[in-house]
Amino acid sequence: MFLGTLVYGFINSSVLALVALGFNLTFGISGVANFAYGAIYIFSGFLTWILLNSLGIPYLLSVFISILCAALVGLAMYYLVILRVKGMALSEVMATFGLGLAIMELFRYFDFVGFRYTLPVFFDGSVAIGEVFVDAQRLVIALIAVGLTAFLYLFTHHTKMGLAFRAIAQDERTALTFGIDSDRVGAVSMAFGAALAAIAAIAILPLGTIAVEGGYEVLINALAVCIVGGLGSTVGILVASVVIGYAQTFTANFLEPHWMILVSLIAIAVVLIVKPSGLFSRQKELEERI
Amino acid sequence: MKKRKERIDRGIKARSEDIFALSSHLEMIYLLLPRAIPVAGLLGVAPFLSSYWREVFISTGVYALLAISWDMLISAGLISLGQSLFYGIGSYIAGALNCYWNWPPLFTIPVATLGGGLVCAIMLLPVLRLRGIYFAMVTLVLPLMFSRLVEATRILGGTEGLTGLTPFPNQLVALYVIDLALLSALFGFRRIIDSDYGLIVRAISDNDRSVMSAGFNIHWYKSQVVLLGAAVGSFAGAFGTHVDMFAGMPGFALDYSIMPVAAAVVGGMGTFAGPMVGAFILVPLSEILRALGALRIVFYGLFLVLFVVALPEGLFHYMQRKYHQCERWVEVE
Repeated sequence: MFLGTLVYGFINSSVLALVALGFNLTFGISGVANFAYGAIYIFSGFLTWILLNSLGIPYLLSVFISILCAALVGLAMYYLVILRVKGMALSEVMATFGLGLAIMELFRYFDFVGFRYTLPVFFDGSVAIGEVFVDAQRLVIALIAVGLTAFLYLFTHHTKMGLAFRAIAQDERTALTFGIDSDRVGAVSMAFGAALAAIAAIAILPLGTIAVEGGYEVLINALAVCIVGGLGSTVGILVASVVIGYAQTFTANFLEPHWMILVSLIAIAVVLIVKPSGLFSRQKELEERI
Repeated sequence: MKKRKERIDRGIKARSEDIFALSSHLEMIYLLLPRAIPVAGLLGVAPFLSSYWREVFISTGVYALLAISWDMLISAGLISLGQSLFYGIGSYIAGALNCYWNWPPLFTIPVATLGGGLVCAIMLLPVLRLRGIYFAMVTLVLPLMFSRLVEATRILGGTEGLTGLTPFPNQLVALYVIDLALLSALFGFRRIIDSDYGLIVRAISDNDRSVMSAGFNIHWYKSQVVLLGAAVGSFAGAFGTHVDMFAGMPGFALDYSIMPVAAAVVGGMGTFAGPMVGAFILVPLSEILRALGALRIVFYGLFLVLFVVALPEGLFHYMQRKYHQCERWVEVE
């Protein structure tokens, strides 16, 4: 029982980390809190399902197409909407939230509700860790989470684009004087975030059914992890997802599943009150509270 | 030949800005008309509506009150994404008093208004130091937390809520109660924000640090503003509870948070009249579109994006400008 909780807690943590990576990337670089994040997650899930089941396209190709489409949606959102209201926190939140609402409810309107909307798992079967049986998909999720984190670290530290990302995140004006186009970087960061949401959707959704309500839950979990860890800090994301992941699993096992989402909500509230920049972010203290 | 649009304040506007030097009936009408329209509209139209549209009118009034309360918070630079916190707290206080102790609405509503305002203000006290989006995220999370808390602990009726509360004697009474509340909130808040006190509040949203260095305790001012806004929101909740004869988890639903913000964005922030105009456009519109089912929310989301991007000042500011200024095309020299 205890070992099982440990293993499933780790898997839950990887799910949270995977969900939060994209949201964190966009916010950390362009400062846009993308409240349409959950909608993009759901969008790529349904898109993959449509490509697979209605159009009969092979699995790998449809995964590729839906990741690409999610990135394009992010790009379009940036250039058509966010660029016009950039810098005004309220307008950004309202615009992305409105778009997210529109995308999600459009799926509800076209009756994408029910148990038949599931994505296939990568591998069948299960693996025994000690006395605990874990299905292969959950292990794959943990692997993908670790792999993506490593990839993002290498990308932001060793490529020209990644360095430009970090430059904009640290000081936009100085970055501008070095010839980095902040609009272009913002757009690419948005596309990247959306693509990461799509990857998360394709890896995580096979565990259950694709439901519109899932979008809201994903958004809350992403927010919780990012706020607790500190927006824009990758180390923070990893620590926060482990903390929240284990806290959720322990409450679900030893208390009641009802309390699970309450854990993330309380974590958000407490961290925002005590240290709004999060546990691992040191920058811009004066911008967030006075 | 290039032309540009020239905007000039009407003479009467310039004269009546701060000292009242009215010289004719026409000028008095000019000043009174915009104020008379909402009063006449709210109080005069009600008896002629059908029962269905009266109900729509009542729920519009509830949303308009929440939108006005949202506008009060934004005047001090506090972005709230959780008006349903005020609504839910107000509705649970009124519901509990009515359900467990059988208090009549005449007592539950005032108690819930004051109590809800105090409870919310005290609850938000620790987060008043947060700025911008951080405050917004706390307020987004709080109502969700409360509804989950009610679900998990099964207090106050749990998922089923408190049912069978005392309704208003009849629809028309409820309608006039909300109308009067709406008008007093609208004109009262406009008056407060135009006073010297309101000047400090607005200055906090423009530049909080300079207000601090002028020697004002901005946290004290902010908490007063939250108390005012939360009291109005709690009134809406207590009122809505007695109209629906039900207090429950839907009180913390996202609708009560999103609709007021949308109304304020469409109507124009910082004027109190704007959010009310927005609510009176959006709620009946969404009622008309009810036949479309889920598509209604799609339109609604897109509408929001359209206004945020294309007309960020909102309808009321636009109308106000047209009313107070004459515009003409002049040649560029």
